[in-house]
Amino acid sequence: MNKAGERMWNGLVKENPTFVMMLGMCPTLAVTTSAINGLGMGLTTTAVLAMSNLLIAMLRNVIPDRVRIPAFIVIIASFVTVLELLLEGYLPSLYTSLGIYIPLIVVNCIILGRAEAYASKHSMLPSFFDGLGMGLGFTVGLTSIGIVREIIGAGQIFGYQLLPLADATKGIQGYTPVSIFILAPGAFFVLAGLTAVQNKVKMNLASKKKETQTVNATASSCESGCGSCNGCTPKFIDDGKEE
Amino acid sequence: MNDLTKISSNPHTRSKITTGNIMLTVIVALLPATLFGIYNFGISALILILVTIGSAVLSEYFYEKFMKQKSTIHDLSAVVTGLLLALNLPPAAPWWIGVIGGAFAIIVVKMLFGGIGQNFMNPALAARCFLMISFASIMTNFQCDAYSQATPLATLKSGGVVDIFSMVTGKIPGTIGETSMIAIVLGACILILTGVIDLKIPGSYLISFVIFISLFGGRGFDYQFISAHLAGGGLMLGAFFMATDYVTRPITSKGQILYGILLGVLTGLFRLFGGSAEGVSYAIIISNLLVPLIEKITMPKGFGSGGLKHEKNVA
Repeated sequence: MNKAGERMWNGLVKENPTFVMMLGMCPTLAVTTSAINGLGMGLTTTAVLAMSNLLIAMLRNVIPDRVRIPAFIVIIASFVTVLELLLEGYLPSLYTSLGIYIPLIVVNCIILGRAEAYASKHSMLPSFFDGLGMGLGFTVGLTSIGIVREIIGAGQIFGYQLLPLADATKGIQGYTPVSIFILAPGAFFVLAGLTAVQNKVKMNLASKKKETQTVNATASSCESGCGSCNGCTPKFIDDGKEE
Repeated sequence: MNDLTKISSNPHTRSKITTGNIMLTVIVALLPATLFGIYNFGISALILILVTIGSAVLSEYFYEKFMKQKSTIHDLSAVVTGLLLALNLPPAAPWWIGVIGGAFAIIVVKMLFGGIGQNFMNPALAARCFLMISFASIMTNFQCDAYSQATPLATLKSGGVVDIFSMVTGKIPGTIGETSMIAIVLGACILILTGVIDLKIPGSYLISFVIFISLFGGRGFDYQFISAHLAGGGLMLGAFFMATDYVTRPITSKGQILYGILLGVLTGLFRLFGGSAEGVSYAIIISNLLVPLIEKITMPKGFGSGGLKHEKNVA
């Protein structure tokens, strides 16, 4: 079961499809105008991804190598059709707001990418969890982009009015929505901003890890060296000020 | 350090022209339009101008502080960006429009792409377009205490008659700095006489615009119609102060003329066939994006290059 956890972690954080691998940009930019749309798109993709990974891993020894891509597409398209009909039947409002992007899940490069890179080479259970992890990572990415865009662009979160809107005709003071954020350019701003933030967080974590490693390594060898190191820091700051 | 022992690599002779000097000249050249805007629209225009400049400068200062870079606010380029943006805002806009616009121009358009000299489009105009899309109702509301009628270009678009004389002097509604043709041309003369800009871009821009308007405007070479289009909107401010921005214009003379023609055609296209009455800012930022392509086709050939062998290599 450790393998399953590792696969989930890999999809959610290490190789997050939205912020690290930059895959599936078309739905990422197009449908994240609100948090609920992002969540719906993400969960739909997750379902398709997990099921198609499972089936492809199951059939990986049966599918001839030469026709594997058409075979994958047929499997993926079948699951997408099933989900499309389910959404139309049970969640008609989400179905209409996602529109053409539901059938387009068939050509989402995350799904074909995981099928080709992972599911066709690994056994069923890890493949299923790989799909689940990647899908949830995609969901987290889309939902967070959707939340930011919805708050800035409409003052709402999941349809709930978070910031009271200004109304000049009635003289009410309040928040004026920056409507560019729910239009196409806003998707690029938010995606770039969130990617920068997660890169920074990851870099900080990585440098901290390195620091503790080096401290552990040097602590045993030089006890006296620490005094001189402390002396360096203030001098460095002084140099910066002079510039 | 003693001058004799000071060793530096070439160039050994340096010109006195610095970024700060040029920016100062641009600020002086913008003063007539700024002062006329304040006179025309009152104290609220002055407050908006100061807030926008302050926002641009502080954004640059805090961004560089936060990123631990050397501060570049002393080169005055942020002041020019803030001033140009403020001159492109309607006088009745609330103060926070200036704050958001200044911060967007400096942080997103300029600093994130590497600071001065690295931005791929004019920061002031990019911020104006950002505000235009975000707050369309505020940015297109030119009614203020002094004026309640529509802008001349909007009147012209809906087929009305405009008064050319007041358009030249500037007693018309519009953005803070664009209304007075006289004040802008006065500033442009300062820039041309001090050698900061030359006439290649504004000249080819205005000439191609006039040709386009008289070909497709539906009124032929109608003196009234063409002069109203020249004096109205942000055409003069855009042609002399924004299209000529050193960072976002082409380098070669041929390229600059091509760029001017492109600007003229795009502006005419947007004004005559577009949804809104004005199109100068969109024309300039689209042309900014095309500058790398213009540079590519107008790149001068090095001596000795060209000929059969070169063409073979390219093919």
